[in-house]
Amino acid sequence: MPDPTSLSPLDLDTPDKTFLDANELIINMGPQHPATHGVLRVILRLDGEKVLGLECVIGYLHRGVEKIGENRTYAMFNPYVDRMDYVAAVSNGLGYCEAVEKLLAIEAPPRAQHVRVILTELNRLTSHQLWLGTHALDIGAITPLFYTFRDREEILKIFEKYCGARLTTHAFRIGGLQYETYSGFEREVKNFLAFFRPKIDEYEELLTTNRIWLERTRGIGKISAEDCIALGVTGPVLRASGVKWDLRKAQPYANYKNFDFEIPIGENGDTYDRYIVRMAEMRQSVRIIEQAVDALPEGPIMAKVPKVIKPPVGEVYHSIEAPKGELGYFIVSDGSTQPYRVRVRPPSFVNLQALDTMCRGQLVADVIAVIGTLDIVLGEVDR
Amino acid sequence: MPEETKPPSQSSPPGEVKPATEKPAATPATPAAKPAAPAKPAAPAPTPWDSPMIAKLKRSYGSGIEPLTYLGQHYMIVDRSLIPEILQVLRNEEQFDYCVDITAVHYPQREKQFDVIWVLYSFPRNERIRVKTLTKDGESLPSSIPLWAAANWLEREVYDMFGIKFDGHPDLKRILLPEGWKGYPLRKDYGILQQDNEWVQINLGIESGQ
Repeated sequence: MPDPTSLSPLDLDTPDKTFLDANELIINMGPQHPATHGVLRVILRLDGEKVLGLECVIGYLHRGVEKIGENRTYAMFNPYVDRMDYVAAVSNGLGYCEAVEKLLAIEAPPRAQHVRVILTELNRLTSHQLWLGTHALDIGAITPLFYTFRDREEILKIFEKYCGARLTTHAFRIGGLQYETYSGFEREVKNFLAFFRPKIDEYEELLTTNRIWLERTRGIGKISAEDCIALGVTGPVLRASGVKWDLRKAQPYANYKNFDFEIPIGENGDTYDRYIVRMAEMRQSVRIIEQAVDALPEGPIMAKVPKVIKPPVGEVYHSIEAPKGELGYFIVSDGSTQPYRVRVRPPSFVNLQALDTMCRGQLVADVIAVIGTLDIVLGEVDR
Repeated sequence: MPEETKPPSQSSPPGEVKPATEKPAATPATPAAKPAAPAKPAAPAPTPWDSPMIAKLKRSYGSGIEPLTYLGQHYMIVDRSLIPEILQVLRNEEQFDYCVDITAVHYPQREKQFDVIWVLYSFPRNERIRVKTLTKDGESLPSSIPLWAAANWLEREVYDMFGIKFDGHPDLKRILLPEGWKGYPLRKDYGILQQDNEWVQINLGIESGQ
């Protein structure tokens, strides 16, 4: 495995001669390619089928979210963050609301915190389901896609009933929640958990010991813990390399410290281990939701928040464990109603950097597997 | 605790550095400092940050660093000239092995127009800090890729959005915007509707992207 600090930029102009006078090949994968999960362009330098190096070209979905943030009030910017990682909109909103709350030195009331945890973990399930379906589809297993989308629908129904939206939910407000839970919310969430638990086994039955799946994922896209840390890779990818690190435990936010759950880790840091880690994470999320629903306290859902949000001058960095890794918000306030600067530290952007390290020496077909296993969302990479 | 300065012991537990534990240590000092003006709660202000690590850094670099705490988060403002050394010490001696983020903020009215910020995290210490420096327009900073490979794309983004150059970066080019784009969008003098019309006309064949 190459040392990520010493990887030189790809020389695209002068392909070397290889075996039998054949030239190395430089090809484009994407930007319009179904397996790149959005508009990602990867330039590959190949010797036959072997990847010698690659370069990612990103920015096709750049919308200038950080610039927009500087021109909107704190509350107005809230829906925009849903559009970054649009398969985990609830997590984005949680990170942003908590960062602004920190800047205002307020805290959401306990009931709001519990509902936030329930919705965020449900969102982690949808994100992992979408990852599993598309990742398996990329490698050639079509069935899991139908299974995961079927079950994901049940979660989206809960979101829709709660706030009217299925994907870009805008579920949270600065200081708490806009909406009280609908009647029957707890029952529906519990019913869903009872329905969903055997479904995880169903997914695993299809893949975990499937010979084709094993061949396509074992030992593919390996990355060591040291390289993960050097490259800033977080989330399930880091954990699959054996680092027991989850922000929900390391620096607890919301009220995660009240819940009992484990951090699943892998050993080999390959595609298969990342699959196992995410499957185990789904089970842990189910555990967290169950505890949160059972202990859902009564009380207000909104803290005392001034009508006009004007945080005092200062800066804050707040990060949460999004389904894809560490999602951070760095907000600078100049005391006015609009943030002076909003910086989003997206997990997908930083994780995608590891693609080169993970793919060198692998085959072209494995690049597809590695893009899938990194679980990137281009809306978040490009912002 | 009646002392004005915070005892160094409060920042000593190395394993669990949680913002919540720092907060109460700062509050008892406030009522003691100003019993005369109870009318309006003063806006929170950064307080000095003290820890064994800071004491060590202070001994070597003196007034070149200004360590502060705000809302329970630690950061230090470092002289531009000390940046390469400080980052190296933080990475190699103080175990800040994970570079979370590199970003910048533009203050056009200042002589040193940019704040450049490194957000660092240490896995062994479970501690997060920020290093901040002030730099002029046109001045470059040393690249921290030899310390953290993660800095590669992060520095490219800072260059793309602010036009701050990093010396020694192997491939410093635009990352989110297309190559050949003019202007740095996250500078304050770049309007929200502004764009590189010339680029749009040549490459997209339309009059304007608006």
